[in-house]
Amino acid sequence: MAGERRAAGRAGPERRTALGVLRFAARRLAFAVVSVAAVVVITFLLVHAAPGEPMLGTPERTLVPPETIARQRALFGLGRPLAEQFVRYAGNLARGELGESFVLHRPVADVLRDALPNTLLLGGTALVVSLLLGVAVGALQAARHRSRTDSVLGAAALVLYSVPVFWLGLLLLLVFGERLHWLPMGGMTTPGGDAGLSWPRHALDVARHLVLPAASLALVQAAAVARFQRSALLECLGAEYVRAARAKGLSERAVLLRHALRGALAPTLTLAGLSVPYFLAGSVLVESIFGWPGLGRVTYDAIFARDYNVITAVALVSGILVAVGNLLADVAVAVADPRVRLDR
Amino acid sequence: MSPWRAAARRFRRNRPAVAGAAVVIALALAAALGPLVTPDPLAQPDPVRLQDQPPSAAHLLGTDPYSRDVLSRTLHGARVSLLVGVGAALLAVTLGAGVGLAAGLGGRRTDELLMRGVDVALALPRIILLLVIFAVWEQAPAGAVVVLIAATGWFQTSRIVRAVVLSLREADFVAAARALGARRPGIVRRHLLPHVAAPVIVSASLDVGNIILLEAGLSYLGLGVRPPTPTWGNMIMDGKDVLFSAPWVALAPGCALVLTVLAFNLAGDGLRDALDPRVAA
Amino acid sequence: MSAPAAPRAPLLEVHDLAVNFTGSDGVARAVDGVDLTVHEGETVGLVGESGCGKSVTALAILRLIEPPGHIAHGSSVRLEGRDLLALGAKEIRAVRGNHVALVFQEPLSALNPVLAVGDQIAETVRAHEAVSRGTARWRAVEMLAAVGIADAERRAAAYPHQLSGGMRQRVLLAMALACRPKLLLADEPTTALDVTIQAEILELLDGLQRKLGMAVLLITHNLGLVAERTRRVYVMYAGQIVEQTTTDRLFARPAHPYTEGLLAAVPRLDERRDRLLAIPGQVPPASAWPGGCRFHPRCPHAWEKCRTAMPPLLDAGESHRARCWLVDEPERRSEP
Repeated sequence: MAGERRAAGRAGPERRTALGVLRFAARRLAFAVVSVAAVVVITFLLVHAAPGEPMLGTPERTLVPPETIARQRALFGLGRPLAEQFVRYAGNLARGELGESFVLHRPVADVLRDALPNTLLLGGTALVVSLLLGVAVGALQAARHRSRTDSVLGAAALVLYSVPVFWLGLLLLLVFGERLHWLPMGGMTTPGGDAGLSWPRHALDVARHLVLPAASLALVQAAAVARFQRSALLECLGAEYVRAARAKGLSERAVLLRHALRGALAPTLTLAGLSVPYFLAGSVLVESIFGWPGLGRVTYDAIFARDYNVITAVALVSGILVAVGNLLADVAVAVADPRVRLDR
Repeated sequence: MSPWRAAARRFRRNRPAVAGAAVVIALALAAALGPLVTPDPLAQPDPVRLQDQPPSAAHLLGTDPYSRDVLSRTLHGARVSLLVGVGAALLAVTLGAGVGLAAGLGGRRTDELLMRGVDVALALPRIILLLVIFAVWEQAPAGAVVVLIAATGWFQTSRIVRAVVLSLREADFVAAARALGARRPGIVRRHLLPHVAAPVIVSASLDVGNIILLEAGLSYLGLGVRPPTPTWGNMIMDGKDVLFSAPWVALAPGCALVLTVLAFNLAGDGLRDALDPRVAA
Repeated sequence: MSAPAAPRAPLLEVHDLAVNFTGSDGVARAVDGVDLTVHEGETVGLVGESGCGKSVTALAILRLIEPPGHIAHGSSVRLEGRDLLALGAKEIRAVRGNHVALVFQEPLSALNPVLAVGDQIAETVRAHEAVSRGTARWRAVEMLAAVGIADAERRAAAYPHQLSGGMRQRVLLAMALACRPKLLLADEPTTALDVTIQAEILELLDGLQRKLGMAVLLITHNLGLVAERTRRVYVMYAGQIVEQTTTDRLFARPAHPYTEGLLAAVPRLDERRDRLLAIPGQVPPASAWPGGCRFHPRCPHAWEKCRTAMPPLLDAGESHRARCWLVDEPERRSEP
């Protein structure tokens, strides 16, 4: 340990930071793999706990051709002992074989490949917007603690935080789409419009369609971030080291940015990472309202049709995305707060 | 003045929190008594003529696409939301407190084992898993909804309780009690539990709002508590198809949801500020 | 402990300083009419129990009081003649950390946990002097070496939680002295440390003070510190100065019963005692100071006058004043 430190010590402070963070990231990566494995196992068990043979679809809901049934049977080894089925299942997953969707009559992998980027666009935009907006509002509230601005913003955040995201989507659609006709009412692009459209025009079209669904997702989460950031910042601002920084003669801006905000940033980043499940679930609700062709809408339809192959594949993808989100958040915190890197 | 009385006083002084608590109580009363006086939510007295009627004297909040009275359905839906919200929250904190106590008081290995499990559980996507469970389990009774929501939501509480127990275990007053001959269960009950109570209460009250929204989301997707039992979520599901022509069908349950969750959040915030005055709000 | 020959105009003159805190149970007058002076190069002690207002006094001198507290009208804090309370925001910032520095009590909480200690020292330098980052960092390393930290260059990149308590306190000192202030307000500089480290830090402080010609206001509840290191002392109780004189005289002939009580409470190795002597009662809360002399509920000699009339600082001898009616009426002293 001493040798390590001496060697690290000769390196400059930047190099030491990078080393520490990398070591930390490696540990968290191992953990991420474990949690994805857990999702795989749990999803498998859940689906097989259902009565009947869910991998084959529910005959009352969808008409499945017998060839498809035979194919699925062979693929998943249905009827064999559970452990063997699991091994097959895991093997299939490793090969990227996710079964077939009964509603869409296509391999699930293809469905995901088409839908996932759209959801990442929507969810990613919403996450970034919610972070920026939430941090800004929270910081403003903390800086203007106990003023009118603080109370008004706080009340707005609290109300938004109490709104169900799907209802907000419907409301926004009603007001801005139908009544005011400001923004398009559905889909990702204007129907028939993308024939021969130049790239920037196309991007703009998509952007216009992105506004309402992204806003629905982002506003509720922004409220949560703002509430959290405000209290984290207030706690930092009340900390002794902030007072010490003032006592050193630093300007109020330097105190806020260099000392208070840095301290409050770490937990907010964790919150952002932990919000991935929320955005995934939100997309299931919101995409169907706005006709956004993403993973959420696919899941929504799959739930109603009891299309289990799709449902399990989505669960898996969600597990991965959540694990990635947590990992990134943990790494971001390790960069921001050196105390975290060194323990354990 | 005991710390509980001081906390109660702080809560009373917090006007928004008191308002929230008042609304919660009013809602509980409305949910309990309202359905006794309003028409049957499942009744369809005039299936064709009364479809999608706007609010009127006969139907204060209008009717839905199945000619049912929206007001009475909203009141019935309140029952589901309140029962699931409060029930699941209480169950979740009980589970979490139990595990947290076990981890904090048990030996090193118990602690390690339990907390590793909690860490993995916290990394799992709760909502997605619930979606899968309820998609697979079609006829889940309301009780199952409560239990499953609770079973997937106690992890954070266990972490908090464990932290409190660990910090108190080595505290001087505990050592003093032991030195005076007190036995373990007594120490747990009289010295540890009061300290654990505060964060647990706060945890529970802040959870209720989230759980209500979670249940609403599930029933909006047709999962969990299913039609024809009215829940605010499935009422919105019915309402979205007639959103432009009959907006009140979705608006009424939506407003009810916002109001209820807001009230619980206000009261929850107030409880947190009252029980932990160090947190300057 | 030596002082310059003849004191010129005082470096710091605090007059009628009052700090009020508005709370849910009324207004708390944490500091209520405090006068004190510090001359160039001298070490003055400010002694009192916790809750008497001494830390608040230090914060008020640098105008670091935040709402719900505020410095009352009529207070004045003069540094070399300039009233610090009348300065604009930019000007007071130029004073903080530069002409007057404050060392906080708890080094772990006074240092930002996510910044390296060297950076925190360099930041003080850059706040007051137009130097490059490199120069500031070099100055920081210099300061760390000056406060006795070995391997200063490597240590400068360390984070606070990686250092021991004694080293953290040295870092705080380095931060405070980086711009060579004329006056150092040291709030309990050794309370959080082990006894052996305490002695080292105090020696260090002494040496630096002599080298820099700096004045020190030593704020503490530890009478031993005061006896060794200060030349003059102010004793504070319930927001007021209750006794002020030279250190020698305070220990030899205290005039205020509170000071007597404090001195009597310190157990001594050369005395045989069966019980520890404590001052009965507790420090009253700042929102409810007792009427009359604030010490009267705990004073063994209190009589009617003490309950109703607040004594001013009365002359008790050569540059010795005490806030007690006994000064003028020594016959009222009741024997134990």
